[in-house]
Amino acid sequence: MTVSEREANVRTVPPLGPHRQLKLPRQAERRLANGLTVIAIRRPAVPLVELRLWIPFARAHLARAALLAQTLFTGTDQASMVEIAAELQSVGGSLAAGLDPDRLLVTGNGLVTGLDRILEILNDVLTSAEYPRAEVATERERLADQIQVAESQPAHLARVALLRRIFGRHPYAVQTPTIEQVRAVQPAQLRELHDERVRPNEAVLVLVGDLQPEKALDAAERALGGWPAGGRTSTLPPAPELTPQPFLVVDRPGSVQTSLRIALPAVPRTHPDHAALQLANLIFGGYFSSRWVENIREDKGYTYGPHSVIEHLRAGSTVVVAADVATEVTAPALLETMYELGRLASLPPKEEELEQARQYALGTLQLGMSTQAGLAGMATTFAGAGLRLSFLAEYAAQLAAVTLDEVAAAAARYLAPSRAVGVLLGDRERIVTPVSALTAVECADEGS
Amino acid sequence: MARKLKIPTTRYPVERFTLDNGLRVVLAPDRTAPVIGVAVVYDVGIRSEPEGRTGFAHLFEHLMFQGSENLEKLAHFRYVQGAGGTFNGSTHLDYTDYFETLPSNALERALFLEADRMRGPRLTEENLRNQVEVVKEEIRVNVLNRPYGGFPWLKLPPVMFQTFPNAHDGYGSFEDLESATVEDAADFFRRYYASGNAVLAVAGDVDVAEATTLIERHFGDVPARPAPPRPDFGEPDLTEERRASYVDRLAPLPAVAAAWRVPDPIAEFDAYLPYVVLAEVLTDGEASRLVERLVLRDRIATDIGSYLGFLGEPFAVRDPTALLVQAHLPPGGDADRVLRVIDEELDRIATDGLAPGELARTQARMAAHLLRENDAVLGRALQLAVLEQQRGEPTLLNELPRRIGEVTEEQIRSAAATLRPQRRASIVVEPGAGR
Repeated sequence: MTVSEREANVRTVPPLGPHRQLKLPRQAERRLANGLTVIAIRRPAVPLVELRLWIPFARAHLARAALLAQTLFTGTDQASMVEIAAELQSVGGSLAAGLDPDRLLVTGNGLVTGLDRILEILNDVLTSAEYPRAEVATERERLADQIQVAESQPAHLARVALLRRIFGRHPYAVQTPTIEQVRAVQPAQLRELHDERVRPNEAVLVLVGDLQPEKALDAAERALGGWPAGGRTSTLPPAPELTPQPFLVVDRPGSVQTSLRIALPAVPRTHPDHAALQLANLIFGGYFSSRWVENIREDKGYTYGPHSVIEHLRAGSTVVVAADVATEVTAPALLETMYELGRLASLPPKEEELEQARQYALGTLQLGMSTQAGLAGMATTFAGAGLRLSFLAEYAAQLAAVTLDEVAAAAARYLAPSRAVGVLLGDRERIVTPVSALTAVECADEGS
Repeated sequence: MARKLKIPTTRYPVERFTLDNGLRVVLAPDRTAPVIGVAVVYDVGIRSEPEGRTGFAHLFEHLMFQGSENLEKLAHFRYVQGAGGTFNGSTHLDYTDYFETLPSNALERALFLEADRMRGPRLTEENLRNQVEVVKEEIRVNVLNRPYGGFPWLKLPPVMFQTFPNAHDGYGSFEDLESATVEDAADFFRRYYASGNAVLAVAGDVDVAEATTLIERHFGDVPARPAPPRPDFGEPDLTEERRASYVDRLAPLPAVAAAWRVPDPIAEFDAYLPYVVLAEVLTDGEASRLVERLVLRDRIATDIGSYLGFLGEPFAVRDPTALLVQAHLPPGGDADRVLRVIDEELDRIATDGLAPGELARTQARMAAHLLRENDAVLGRALQLAVLEQQRGEPTLLNELPRRIGEVTEEQIRSAAATLRPQRRASIVVEPGAGR
């Protein structure tokens, strides 16, 4: 095509149609006599149900809690591990447990016709898990192997180093047990931990799917109403404020990339600054069409998947900026990162940048609510922070109202590069000198 | 044992039509949420890239995001995300897809964006060099800088296959990537990114009549180009066992993967489907054959998984393909023993059949998995597009849970009986970390 033909054919991008209001699904909630909160949400699109059970687990012994999550379904006084799995499978279901520093989370799904059976099996496990010796021994070694593999992955190693740097002596600082700690865990300790912490008192059960909310609450009450309250819960002190420190260089000899990680301060979802901070983070590096991604990927080609996210834990929130960059461009990639943070912290963004980020934030709320699994995830995350899905509508209104000045203020307060706490995991010999030209660095001790 | 469970299905209405320029269109309206999934699938993938150009199909996928006839570089991303949507693309053995999930008020915008790049991407030297660097970082982060990188999807095909299309590294060598030219890209586009070689699928909150009008408006004048003839990538089956191993200098523990050829997923669908179910009988959950035996009882594997196709997409791959089993082993683990025990378990299925309820529960779980994928508009759009492209049968989406439910124990036994050591290709990862 010649130039004039191209000009003659110029087409303009069509405008968006009218916005659809955020519409919350039908739901019901009940607190059972044993303290368990049950939330049931209707999305009938496919004949399935999603299940999430959120049990507070802060301050639990790390290795024991990690192994408990891995062995919760290994047997009850009624059924073996294989029988439990087969029974769940026969109604198209599956259940598994996972751990983070705040909670034990049971995640599952199945055909909605099997909801009663899934809840019944869940109750059996919650009230009579046995932690059989042989199964615990097997899972202990599997967990040890998983940790050994994780410790060979740069993403994991960089995260371990960053968490220590962020949280210092707070329990959040260490989120993976050592292999030795795992190997020391005995079945009796798992039973004791279960007895103490796997309790309904402050737990939340979320059910989402092709269900009638009130009937689903009844089903949950029938199945789990006898799960005895008791034990104890524990809360964490607030996470410490980030303290600016030199960048930590962690050696990974021969690494062909450097894993760059930066933490910055953030606020919880309910804080008045949160919507502005979310938009500021999007404009900086929180989505593809951000300054940082367009710079270090689409302009410079330093990296493949840079991203910046706000991470929320109960006792503190953090912005985490992450990119894996070719070893030879470590210093220039860091320079561009600090430049983009600094630019946003010291100059207001353009109106169109804010509008684009705002539309993205609002639209992805809609997308997140459009599947059973998405709704279940959101409802659970919110419930863990004491919120309900109705918070979405409130938050959407906040996003819609944020002004340019508020975004600029949030960027100056939270995204200032002077507040950055950073880790560079890579080939120390090749990166220390170039990076030292830009910022103070400190090398990690061997083995830390 | 519980009564036989009725396997549910979906009833998404599916509309199909073809534009004058040969573009095939599939619409699946579902107004349960105000979102849409839009997918454009081109019938070209890793198997079609020329010798000396390993990784080119994937590199070209990146170039399709670098601006198009009416859009500057970066504009595509900004228009999608500025409408509240997300996007991506991915390169497979037999196809390449481009897709967006968006609030439904952005339907026309998404159609415009896809039509614009179907007319032609902006292929410039600068964008090509930039994306070669990005792809190299992608390969570093996913393969070179991590343990088990490319295992087994890049490591096993060269053991199993002998022709370039099936055997080569689909991520590509740095040498091939760096020598790619703008002219190569223009040729690749002309040949493979033809309207007649593409399928557009839209799922979710759309009105069929309105969507049809918009699709005609935006795609109707995309110049007509026919689909190129599809080469035959067929290869004879293995007549003797093939084995290989390599040292992964970052891996702390051994691993092994094995593969057997399976019937043509399209031409012999009825014969193929039992293998899809067999893979789940083998490794879906703690009650499955191989997990129970190798992980829980013998403790000779830390985890084990079985699936169809090197990218694990049983209904989006053409012949030749394989059933794979991959296992990670504990320290000092013996890969030969793992392979022997897998053989033993396959023998047991072939000889003794399945336990009561074993097949039905596997089928129930598979139905739940399929329904769950379909709950997301994008999952539906992508699968509809590929089913249309490879089979001309998008409604198979609604029928799959039932078809899987109809597979019989006898068919599973027969399938298991074909997975013999002399038809097997395997690859062992030797741990090199700390050496």
